[in-house]
Amino acid sequence: MDFSQIIVILATAIATATPLVFASVGETITERAGVINLSTEGTIMLAAMVGFAAALATGSVIAGLAAAAVLGALVALIVAFGAITLKQSQIAIGFVLALLCTDLSSFLGNPIVLIPGPTVPSLKVPLLQNIPLLGPLLFQSDLLVYASYVLIVLVWVFLYHTRPGLVLRSIGEQPAAAFARGSHVVRQRYFYTLLGGALVGVGGAAFSLDFKAGWTYHLTAGYGWIALAIVIFGGWNPLRAALGCYLFGILQSLANVAQSNIQSVPTQVFSVAPFVLMILVLVLTSGDWLERALAFIPPTARRSILRTIRTRAPAALGKAFEQD
Amino acid sequence: MAENAPPNSPALSPTWQHPRNTWLQVGALVISLAIVALLISFTGASPVSVVANLWDGAFGTTDQAARVIATLAPLLLCSSGLIYTFMAGLYNLGVEGQIIIGAIAATAILRGLQGVLPATLVVALSIVAGMLGGMLWSLLAGVLNVYGKISEIFSGLGLNFVAQGLIIYLIFGPWKRPGIASMSGTEPFHQSLWLVRFGNTDASPVALGIAVVLLIATIVVMRNTHFGLRLKAVGQNPRAAFLMGIPATQLLLSAFALCGGFAGIAGALQVSGLFHRLVPAISSNLGFLGLLVAMLVNFSALWVLPVAFFFSALNVGSLQLPMVLKLESSLSGVIQGMLVLAALLSRGLSQWKPSR
Amino acid sequence: MNVQLQHINKHFGAVQANQDVSFTVRAGTIHGLLGENGAGKSTLVKVLSGYITRDSGTILLDGLSAEVKTPADAIHAGVGMLHQDPLDFPPMTVLDNFMIGRAGGAFLNSRAAAREFKMLSSRFKFSLDANETIGTLTMGERQQLEIIRLLSLGVRTLILDEPTTGISASQKAALFAALKVLAAQGRSVIFVSHKLEDVEELCDEVTVMRAGRVVGNMPIPCPTSKLVNLMFGRELATPVKPATCREDVTLGTEGLVIGNNRLSIAIGDLSVHGGEVIGLAGLEGSGQSIFLLTCAGVMHPIAGRLLFSSPHGQVDMTTKPYHRFQRAGIGYLPADRLREGLIGGLTIQEHVVLRTPSPGLFVDRKRTHAVADGAIKAYNIHGHTDTPVGQLSGGNQQRTQLALLPQALSLVLLEHPTRGLDIESTVWVWQQLISRCRTGSAIIFASSDLDEIVQYSDRVIVFSGGRASVPISIADLTASRLGEMIGGNLETISKVASEHPNGSVKL
Repeated sequence: MDFSQIIVILATAIATATPLVFASVGETITERAGVINLSTEGTIMLAAMVGFAAALATGSVIAGLAAAAVLGALVALIVAFGAITLKQSQIAIGFVLALLCTDLSSFLGNPIVLIPGPTVPSLKVPLLQNIPLLGPLLFQSDLLVYASYVLIVLVWVFLYHTRPGLVLRSIGEQPAAAFARGSHVVRQRYFYTLLGGALVGVGGAAFSLDFKAGWTYHLTAGYGWIALAIVIFGGWNPLRAALGCYLFGILQSLANVAQSNIQSVPTQVFSVAPFVLMILVLVLTSGDWLERALAFIPPTARRSILRTIRTRAPAALGKAFEQD
Repeated sequence: MAENAPPNSPALSPTWQHPRNTWLQVGALVISLAIVALLISFTGASPVSVVANLWDGAFGTTDQAARVIATLAPLLLCSSGLIYTFMAGLYNLGVEGQIIIGAIAATAILRGLQGVLPATLVVALSIVAGMLGGMLWSLLAGVLNVYGKISEIFSGLGLNFVAQGLIIYLIFGPWKRPGIASMSGTEPFHQSLWLVRFGNTDASPVALGIAVVLLIATIVVMRNTHFGLRLKAVGQNPRAAFLMGIPATQLLLSAFALCGGFAGIAGALQVSGLFHRLVPAISSNLGFLGLLVAMLVNFSALWVLPVAFFFSALNVGSLQLPMVLKLESSLSGVIQGMLVLAALLSRGLSQWKPSR
Repeated sequence: MNVQLQHINKHFGAVQANQDVSFTVRAGTIHGLLGENGAGKSTLVKVLSGYITRDSGTILLDGLSAEVKTPADAIHAGVGMLHQDPLDFPPMTVLDNFMIGRAGGAFLNSRAAAREFKMLSSRFKFSLDANETIGTLTMGERQQLEIIRLLSLGVRTLILDEPTTGISASQKAALFAALKVLAAQGRSVIFVSHKLEDVEELCDEVTVMRAGRVVGNMPIPCPTSKLVNLMFGRELATPVKPATCREDVTLGTEGLVIGNNRLSIAIGDLSVHGGEVIGLAGLEGSGQSIFLLTCAGVMHPIAGRLLFSSPHGQVDMTTKPYHRFQRAGIGYLPADRLREGLIGGLTIQEHVVLRTPSPGLFVDRKRTHAVADGAIKAYNIHGHTDTPVGQLSGGNQQRTQLALLPQALSLVLLEHPTRGLDIESTVWVWQQLISRCRTGSAIIFASSDLDEIVQYSDRVIVFSGGRASVPISIADLTASRLGEMIGGNLETISKVASEHPNGSVKL
């Protein structure tokens, strides 16, 4: 395998990962606020269809992306209303929406199956694209991909270095305490659920307008569940979630290469990886055996090691906020 | 004040029927169907002709009616199984994977014992193997839940994909057809290993019989046994149940095992009764559909049969929509999803107190 | 800051928690707010700090009327409250906790915040590591963080709700020193407590509340007896419990220490006799429910042994699982009926089935219907066999709980057995319990109603400030003695032992 081949594999990995980056970073935001939006599988699919249809109708990719974002936020609004206001099970509502939106995408998207439509134009960044290695890898794709880089950094900075970001983390941990400190828990949970949903929607459009340009039935099958798994794998941290997405991308990209050589095993088998990793992460972080295993390390070093490995769901994730 | 607040009720806990509930639920169902009608009109078709076509598609010919029965049997099994987990307060989203592992286990028996033992015995063993396979797969999520405090929702979803990966690996790897491996599945089994069918249709009296018997058993367990009542107690208020001395661990694990077992039987029946081979889409999404059925009937096992029948008829009836009306067959899923969403939201609305 | 509360009224349902309460705190002073359980002191400070909206009344801060509707309003107006259980974010770092809720630019300036944090904590001689995770801190350290945080927000009146429960002696000393510094700076401190000792040591002035009203206000120092008199100054109800005590010991403890991650309480050696009723008094959350849960087998003791008498002799139950306790004839009724005791969606008959399963797989409907119907009649429950218990009134839920207890129990443990019940139901519940005593059952119950404790107990154990008193016979109990003990002046084993230097004390 020569050098250019590796570049191609990695570039494909980034392209594969981009829609997932939008979705998993969006879901990370939602879950950080304490709400599980389990509808991602359906949201991505329906947003892919709606985004493509809107772009087709208007001829504008921007309109397509906007329509997908609005659709994502609308689905999230149903989740938010059911979970936050009606205090119903977030799981039940999210799950039904996942199935419903998937079927809606096939039903309503029937007329535009396999029709050529607008795509996000490729845009090579001047100067930067000429950097050896990094240039072809990172700066010879399109605006949506660049936007995903920006999004990752932006959300990470927002969460860990801004005041509203700190508040967002606090309402997902202890909403009662956050309320005591002046946060409008309900309003903020609505906002971040909708924002996260909109990003998941953009993730859908990133499929139909870019990575898998066009629309067909079940275009994005499985990617919504994968995004959910990556959020857990990423420990509710946007940087690590993005890393998870790229890892998945590399795996897929390698699988494609492998398949052209080995042929016997289809790529679907490789889709299992994120889920196995997710379960492993869940097992690793449950209970306190990790602490016990590291007991022999000096406390200060142990603390930083634990902080690096150990991830924990927001304490109030999935729970309704009762203000008494 | 917290004193008088009702205990945290999971969304799917049975609600006491107030008249307001009933009206809200009926209203919500009507609205959801109206939305579906609007969506149909949006695609340019007439809702009336769609209804007529759905009916015709499901019951127009004996073959089609038989297909409804063939869909109904595994759906009943999954829904009945899910009643146990829902009753225990669990979301067993891993039911799809449990069907798949059941199918794989059954296939292994059919392949391995074919010709070694009498055909009927092999088929019977394959069903038992399917049950055990589904049970084990479900208990995996169960053990993670009970002893590892890992949400059965995510482990279940994850295990679904692991099962999916496994079945594809088997079909394309060790169990591939001589010559070419393809998504169309393994080499079909010899006809002696096929489940008895009604005439030359897809429906099998054995599959339907097993499903109906297990559904009735489920209804009886939920209504008349200590086990069913304890499951309900643990599902609704684990703390109070514990203080009453009800052993939650055993109950939760048995709920997982039963649901997985039922799903595994469904998987085995898909293999020997319907496809006569192992195909990647062996579960046909019936596990997820079963979840919708269980959510819609809201704990009452008695309603499983009519709802599951209605959903099966929708699924089969919608298959001819593309030919006749140029509509996508996923309309059935749209209707099912809309109904369940409406039911969930109206349940929430009926409990909602817009105080603050 | 001068704080004036005028004519505050607040009710919860039928309970008037604050009735025409007026209360003044001068700037530069530490003001104690004393009162027993349910006196209304928590409600009052929650009104002031915005956690509860008052029904009527005025809040004046430095003479100006203030609108306080949320905790954020209160902080904005300069009033901050430290809760008994700190409202913070355990998985996050000290510095994050310090910064949440602070105004400022969009971007966090961690370095500046850390500098301010360090400065404030060194000023009060608190040693807190800004990078530590809250979850690993002690209760006292979490308090210190919260004080520093409130001060950095410019709070000029600091409210502390029972701050000395669950912190060490040195942390208490540091806390008191810090509060005195604050007062000297001209801030006002409201110190809510039931511990006379703490109030006398720290406060400049004290206001005493009882049954939702202010009953007195005086400068410190003042005689302890006067405070006790104000807090509990009334005729206690007369004991009505008939003598049912037997010779045999039902439950014995040896060097028992109970507790959770916050508290550890030495109970020592105790013998509970058949037919005896032991009342657990003290401020809520002082360890009474831990004691009940330990006796019930739901929690395990930290040290010591728990011995239970059975027909076959004494059994060591210390490490036995809960179901063994149940089988040994120990019954436990939790305080929160719908959260812990009953299952709201299940009917009375279904509860009967769960409690007393008939042999075999199937529920014997006829038999359980008869049993449930019998229980409904015998216990005068207003409901039918098929009524979900969630729809019953509180009194009827309690009757149902009692009806569900197995008939032959050697030990019954109850938490607030008559809370929320009307007088008729209360009397009725105790009739039932006393008739159990007559058959030899021992009863241990916790109650925040002192009258109930005095009326129905044979002996009383008082819990206060992480300690438990020796059991005191009801005949020797006076209102002031009880009041002083609840106020922290406990008669513990060591004290009694020093008064009886000649030998071991038989309790």
